[in-house]
Amino acid sequence: MMGLGKEKLLLLYKQMLSIRLFEDRIYQLFLQGMIPSTLHQYQGEEAIAVGVCAVLNEDDFITSTHRPHGHAIAKGIPMEKIAAELFGKVTGCCRAKGGSMHIGDYSVGMLPAIAIVGSGIPIANGVALAFKLRRTKQVVVSFFGDGATNNGSFHEALNMGAIYNLPVVYVCENNFYGASTHISKVMKLENIADRASAYGIPGVVIDGMDVLEVYKVATEAVSRARDGKGPTLIECKTYRYSGHSRSDPANYRSKEELEFWKSRDPIVLFKKRLFELNILDEEADKQIKSEVEREIEKAINFAIESPSPPLEIALEDVYA
Amino acid sequence: MHKLTMAEAIREALREEMRRDPNVILIGEDIGIPGGWGGPFTVTQGLAEEFGNERVIDTPISETGIVGIAIGAAIMGLRPVAEVQYCDFLFCAMDQIANQAAKLRYMSGGQIKIPLVLRAPTGATGRGAQHAQSLEGLFTSIPGLKVVAPSTPYDAKGLLKSSIRDDNPVLFFEHKLLYGSKGARKERGGVELFGEVPEEDYAIPLGVADIKKKGKDITVVAKLLMLHRALEAAEELEKDGISVEVIDPRTLIPLDKETIIKSVKKTNRILIVDECPKTGGWAAEISSTVVEEAMDYLDAPIKRLCTYDVPIPFSPVLENYVIPTKERIIQTIREMLG
Repeated sequence: MMGLGKEKLLLLYKQMLSIRLFEDRIYQLFLQGMIPSTLHQYQGEEAIAVGVCAVLNEDDFITSTHRPHGHAIAKGIPMEKIAAELFGKVTGCCRAKGGSMHIGDYSVGMLPAIAIVGSGIPIANGVALAFKLRRTKQVVVSFFGDGATNNGSFHEALNMGAIYNLPVVYVCENNFYGASTHISKVMKLENIADRASAYGIPGVVIDGMDVLEVYKVATEAVSRARDGKGPTLIECKTYRYSGHSRSDPANYRSKEELEFWKSRDPIVLFKKRLFELNILDEEADKQIKSEVEREIEKAINFAIESPSPPLEIALEDVYA
Repeated sequence: MHKLTMAEAIREALREEMRRDPNVILIGEDIGIPGGWGGPFTVTQGLAEEFGNERVIDTPISETGIVGIAIGAAIMGLRPVAEVQYCDFLFCAMDQIANQAAKLRYMSGGQIKIPLVLRAPTGATGRGAQHAQSLEGLFTSIPGLKVVAPSTPYDAKGLLKSSIRDDNPVLFFEHKLLYGSKGARKERGGVELFGEVPEEDYAIPLGVADIKKKGKDITVVAKLLMLHRALEAAEELEKDGISVEVIDPRTLIPLDKETIIKSVKKTNRILIVDECPKTGGWAAEISSTVVEEAMDYLDAPIKRLCTYDVPIPFSPVLENYVIPTKERIIQTIREMLG
């Protein structure tokens, strides 16, 4: 299967499941009033973060968005550190100063997530520029949504990434909605990937619900970037099951639309595939699921038991 | 020591830092084009020839892209010196400056550093309202940024070196009328400014003001072009026996409050002269600081002499009217000493 061994396939599956169950559990805790502020959740889009990050080395980097939990888990931030950050605890990956929208961990190659739509893309270029000038063969992936591609940052950044031939891959998670606005209201194109042609780089449209397709196309784009051949824009068609953020009941979408996408659920699809390939059976699936649940509970308990931040750290880290 | 213009002193700082540290790169519009200008005010002339276009990187007219790429490179340990052609264009990149450069370190809980310098020509120079603003004051209320505003070639070289070696985003404001650029890029109405600049390595720490002229009757705080006007005014008042102490803060963030407060406690009067607009401006910040820390020492109300709260008009006559002049500085000081 695309050079992927059984172990790697199961790892992809487990990671997708981790993201899904983590997000579901976090949402419960949020409803119980245990998590401050708001949440932008990743259920439905798991195949993208997992399929792309599976291609990357530990010293490759990613930039993320206001919806970063999936990217964080896929790039390898320990769930304890993510959960603690969501709870606003000092043991969080950003010492309780980032929160849900700014999850990041430099040590595993994830910059603090950038919650201004589109703004991470020019910064990803800079990371790539450093790799290029130092000839390190590292690559950076910039994740962003469909909404970002209507922002000037996207256009300036794709043009600059193209002219400098930077080792960067632009991954657009097209979930068809910018907050409550459907993409058809704000874009004449059917495919965002067409915008790549304006900058002279390849643009590819893929099924963002199929982790193996994501993995395959990301492999090509990352190799291309690593070999000094420049950026690629990958558009992954996907769907977010939740509203834009926790307070959003998503009344602007039809039930049928949601059901359609849920019928193509990335985890269900991949599980079926693994069953067909005799890599997974009910017993093994149960085992993986309970393992993931244990890890999540451990992370949640860690977060709950962690101390609140001492007040004086609010005044630290402004300047280096 | 040799005598240099401001543009030459800044260029010398860039060249020496690029020779010293391979991580220092330049990013901006029209900065390394063969046969081009070396940036809008000639500062980067010759640097592409010495360091190549891998380290002197010409960009599209994409201010957001420029600041963004510089931030990313800085996070990975390069020391980019990015530039915009006029500080007015900083607004095009405002998200990258204010939401990204200023905050990413903090939001990450101190995991990352952003050793970035962003050079920006400031001040009114007969180009109309969109190439004329003085914005250095405005950036002082965005925690996470440092703001530097040198007034002499010596300060410019030493402060730029410190800014490049600093691990934080530094906005480095250079006044167009102080560059002393020559030939076709010479600024009309520019100050003839040559300064003694050491040829050997030196750095001026950020956050240390400089008393440009000692005096005992009144303290004047001014920066950039206004510093030179204040010095001219002080020289003229000296003839009438009025002794003015002129302080150049040199860096706005961090600010050397101590030097200002100490001077006020000695002279008991303070005038702030500023090319930034008055309302909500940098002069108000200095004024508030003095009220908080030295009000009991004041023998007269604090005065602010600032550019009127208008966009900068085009006509040289009008431009000259809205910006504090030597004559208005003299008149204000006389009134304050009444």
